[in-house]
Amino acid sequence: MDNRVVGALRGLGQRVTGRIWRLGYASRFFLAILLHSGTSVRRLHLTIREIYFTGVLSLIIILVSGMFVGMVLALQGYDTLQRYGSTEALGVLVSLSLVRELGPVVAALLFASRAGSAMTAEIGMMKATEQLSAMEMMAVDPIARVVAPRFWGGVISMPLLAALFSGMGIFGGYLVGVQLIGVDEGSFWSQMQASVDFREDILNGVIKSFVFGIIVSWVAVFEGYDAEPTAEGVSGATTRTVVTSSLAILAADFILTAFMFTGT
Amino acid sequence: MSRTTLDLWVGFFVAVGLGALLFLALKVGNMASASSGDTYAIQAKFDNIGGLKVRGAVKSAGVVVGRVTEIHFDAEAYQAVVTIRIDARYKFPRDTFATINTSGLLGEQYIGLEVGGDIAMLKEGDTVKKTQSAVVLEKLISQFMFDKAAADDGKK
Amino acid sequence: MSQESLVEIRDLNFSYDNRPILTGINMKIPRGKVVAVMGSSGCGKTTTLRLIGGQLKPTSGEVRVGGQVVHELDANGLYGLRRRMGMLFQFGALFTDMSVYDNIAFQMREHTDLPEAVIHDLVLMKLHAVGLRGAHGLMPAELSGGMARRVALARAIALDPMLIMYDEPFAGLDPISLSIVGELIRKLNDALGASSIVVTHDVQESLKIVDYVYFVSEGKIVAEGSAEEMKNSKVPYVHQFVWGEADGPVPFQYPSKPYGEELMERVGHRG
Repeated sequence: MDNRVVGALRGLGQRVTGRIWRLGYASRFFLAILLHSGTSVRRLHLTIREIYFTGVLSLIIILVSGMFVGMVLALQGYDTLQRYGSTEALGVLVSLSLVRELGPVVAALLFASRAGSAMTAEIGMMKATEQLSAMEMMAVDPIARVVAPRFWGGVISMPLLAALFSGMGIFGGYLVGVQLIGVDEGSFWSQMQASVDFREDILNGVIKSFVFGIIVSWVAVFEGYDAEPTAEGVSGATTRTVVTSSLAILAADFILTAFMFTGT
Repeated sequence: MSRTTLDLWVGFFVAVGLGALLFLALKVGNMASASSGDTYAIQAKFDNIGGLKVRGAVKSAGVVVGRVTEIHFDAEAYQAVVTIRIDARYKFPRDTFATINTSGLLGEQYIGLEVGGDIAMLKEGDTVKKTQSAVVLEKLISQFMFDKAAADDGKK
Repeated sequence: MSQESLVEIRDLNFSYDNRPILTGINMKIPRGKVVAVMGSSGCGKTTTLRLIGGQLKPTSGEVRVGGQVVHELDANGLYGLRRRMGMLFQFGALFTDMSVYDNIAFQMREHTDLPEAVIHDLVLMKLHAVGLRGAHGLMPAELSGGMARRVALARAIALDPMLIMYDEPFAGLDPISLSIVGELIRKLNDALGASSIVVTHDVQESLKIVDYVYFVSEGKIVAEGSAEEMKNSKVPYVHQFVWGEADGPVPFQYPSKPYGEELMERVGHRG
């Protein structure tokens, strides 16, 4: 009986120290990426190639989802606003929810499952097939050559994707709200412009998506680099990337929102 | 995929992404109209500001000319002190009258400026002398009821 | 320091998580020779290569390559050393996102400022040496196992290394590819004037091409000598290994209780 308790405690302790150790390792890895980022700038085509894989290939899913989210927001928002007789505020509701919250967050979640998982799988497979080792033996640092460009590609793509998501969502809201339901077009846009502030709302949204880009890319490249070099190890790492980065996005979103939007 | 098509796609992606940001900034946000230029700050004291918020609009003749930047309570005069920033392009006379209005019956509250006739203009740090507080709906209604009741009593 | 040996390993110990992998290894790789390190799977052969390449640090002892102690080099020194080494990984480890041509040009582009025209000529020359000049436009996924191994070989010699290391170069190849790769190892070594270390468990193929053999079992060197000496070796482990016998010093049975005892236990439970 006592042995069971001691065993359980020891297991718990091991798990906690394991987590902390891994977090420290991940932080050191993050520093290593920053230190080895020179190559990503000097040989820009390496980074451009990764922007293609993370950004351009995520375009379709981001645009389509943004459109639908905006359309749903307009439908739901109209239903609620109608009760208070203020349907002209529909533009405000759609744009503020997208620019402040849904744009950065949903785009980042989609980005994590589309581009982040692909990044992890790619680096993990390169590790499993000894490509990273081979690169090291050719006197080329895999962090500089493989990891850092992918990281920066993700960090650059994310804010652009989030902006596209928000823009597309507002367009979708416009289609449903103005064209389909028949809210007045003039008040839809003018009320939106009157209450969406560039610095407070839009810039803060961009900062959020930038932070999320760092989080997703960091988690993705770390999980890939740290993956067990087997097929199962890589698939496990891919799953962990999506789970960890999604949780981290939502947690970071809460913290950022608490700091950004409680002033007024 | 060849390097040039890849570059083309990435260029397209970055351009569209920046375009979306620009759309958000200009069409959705108020960067085009808002306070990019110089402003000057003046203060106004109100007995009651109702539901006025920081960043609320300041309008004159229905046009937005500035924004509320700060609201605090003056513990000596028991009044609300509202700091507003007005676009430097617009000058108002010293005896301008500041009121707190409501857009629509239940809409947002804003400060309206009604122009007086003084030759001297308001400048940075000045205080508006004449103000009118927010209309509090409950007060209005109870006053109306009270008057009505009083009138009815008088008739009898 | 003798000029004869390119690589010298002295009293090398290596353990991983307190589990000893290699104990008291001494080896010499003479210049211009092809040396094989043989042993069954998991005996520490690949670890030896990683220690020579500086990817692992020894627990004690030292590895000298060209007179330099590998684990005492800083990052720049290590990278400088690795530029003069070529390594063929177990399954080729070709970069899957690059064509055959780009794979071979990789090191030239990373480490030299050669104009693209010169790189083009060099790449085709290397590919010609392994007989795959026509395959330069293919992607690694389009290559057969044997071809991928040859491309990886061409990549390993891209910068004309002084030391070429082979990690299981024969694993998973059909007999024809096997002898092609075997022959290439010998030919390229002699043509480049390099030294080669072949880590393998393929006895028949490697004994044909190597000058000297080390036998490793459970992290220790159990026998060494020329290919001829090994074939006639009386060391029981070497004999079993060279002639591929199922039972010997390496037992067929995984350690267990005597079979009879275990059967009796079963009967006991039932009764």
